[in-house]
Amino acid sequence: MPISSTLRPLIVLALISGVAMVVSVSIGSSAMELTQTLAVLAGGGTELQQTLILDLRLPRTLSAFATGGLLAVAGALMQVLLRNPLADPYVLGLSGGAAVGALLAMLAGVAGFVVSGSAFAGAMLATLLVFGLAHGMGSWTPSRLLLTGVVMASGWGALITLILAMTPASRLPGMLYWLMGDLSHAGTPGPALIILVLVCLLVFPLGRSLNVLARGPMQAAALGVSVRPLEWLIYLLASILTATAVTMAGSVGFVGLVVPHMLRLVLGNDQRLILPACALAGGGLLVLADALARVVIAPEQLPVGVITALVGVPTFLYLLYRSR
Amino acid sequence: MTGLTTRELIIDIPGRPSGQPLNLCVEPGQVWGVLGPNGVGKTTLLHTLAGLRQARAGKVLLDEQPLTGMKRKQLARHLGLVFQDRQDGFPATVLETALIGRHPWMLPWQMESRADLELAEQALTALDVIHLRDRLVHTLSGGERQRVAIATLMTQAPGLWLLDEPTNHLDLHHQVATMGLLTGQAATGHAVFMCLHDLNLAARWCDHLLLLYPGGEACWGPAQNMLVPAALEQLYGQKLVTVEADGAPVFVPAR
Repeated sequence: MPISSTLRPLIVLALISGVAMVVSVSIGSSAMELTQTLAVLAGGGTELQQTLILDLRLPRTLSAFATGGLLAVAGALMQVLLRNPLADPYVLGLSGGAAVGALLAMLAGVAGFVVSGSAFAGAMLATLLVFGLAHGMGSWTPSRLLLTGVVMASGWGALITLILAMTPASRLPGMLYWLMGDLSHAGTPGPALIILVLVCLLVFPLGRSLNVLARGPMQAAALGVSVRPLEWLIYLLASILTATAVTMAGSVGFVGLVVPHMLRLVLGNDQRLILPACALAGGGLLVLADALARVVIAPEQLPVGVITALVGVPTFLYLLYRSR
Repeated sequence: MTGLTTRELIIDIPGRPSGQPLNLCVEPGQVWGVLGPNGVGKTTLLHTLAGLRQARAGKVLLDEQPLTGMKRKQLARHLGLVFQDRQDGFPATVLETALIGRHPWMLPWQMESRADLELAEQALTALDVIHLRDRLVHTLSGGERQRVAIATLMTQAPGLWLLDEPTNHLDLHHQVATMGLLTGQAATGHAVFMCLHDLNLAARWCDHLLLLYPGGEACWGPAQNMLVPAALEQLYGQKLVTVEADGAPVFVPAR
């Protein structure tokens, strides 16, 4: 594939994401004209506008972008790893593990950094469990991995219910918002954005190996791919991406499933194109979903996970219905 | 060019005694056929020769180098394999499928060049599937997919071609065309080593044969020495009638 036909869709997606971000920082409790927003972003505007946009809305918008991008890339990687288009961090129970970690921390009464750290640990533990158990005595087979993940996910679900049942009512709202995915406590977007960019740069040279791996491990090995190290690397990357995203925004579902799918329908299945496209489109989608979440029942805010699930569930079902 | 030798090789088939070790020497220009009944280990042998499976004992050498010490990418430049069955987890076009054959020749960040594209198109033309180049592989017929798989190997352009039942699903004309293509490749200095179920295709096109018996015995050598009706009858546990046609023996199962 010539380089230009790879770049064109990426440029289009980057433009769409850019527009989504400008829209996102413009709307909110006090709406702003587009021209005003652009003026502020260029360094002008009143002090109040500066604070509102640069200190409040812009970090949140960037967090949304990073979360969406991380989840979509993680989903795309897992789908190649499992050679199953229905794999994603949410379905495999990674988000569930993170949620249990975060809720346990909240139940213990700690906040902020400890909750994030606990969520990260939970996500990594869930990944280890799923991949370790699915490996078992033999080797990874995609269907075994997927089944293990799905079963683990329902296990995490039961634990979450148990924790919620034991929690005093006053602490429940915070937990529920975390569970549905919520960007209002996202913190600084910097580290997540850096991870997203680094991983995209790292996976680009791996893209062709991933294309070959999508044909099955034996075929990939026959074409010169060192399958086992590559599988471990993808698995590790996908886990770090997921854990970072979940730590920032709670469990936002379906982005990792729906975004890679949509892009594959339009752009084909060249990972060198699909992975960066997932970062841009996933980011853009979550920016828009978060903007919606802020205005639908304003001045109250919806957890962004509600929006992505409302879009994701019918899309997932439609794709399942259509698949052979 | 690439030659493959095995030293005291015993393939690993779980639950079967080791049997007779193989000391094969597959040289450039030769066309080898592997014959034997179902489950005798033809596919396992191919996978072992390609370094995809551990042998129970012995060595496989590629140009005097043991396979086990070689990097997979290096190996894939010398040796390619057409599998008996294929996974198509994600949709891909015929041209994309052939182009992945270039993988071992490219640096990680390289995109396919015009030369790579031309190689793929030549291979698709040689296998008579160029008219399907933009079709999705999973929508093709079994025989067409088989030809795309062989075209992928041709695009990979290794010196040693391993093929697992390359004539599977092919119609009569394409069986003959494919065998002709393979012997043509051997004539230009490639080594071809394939499992076959069709005794007559093997008799017609292979210059060397390896017979694998269910008990683990094996014998190999130039084809004319191996095509002994009694040995073949024992191989398949099937009575055969031998006739001569078009200057070559033809084996027909007796009723």
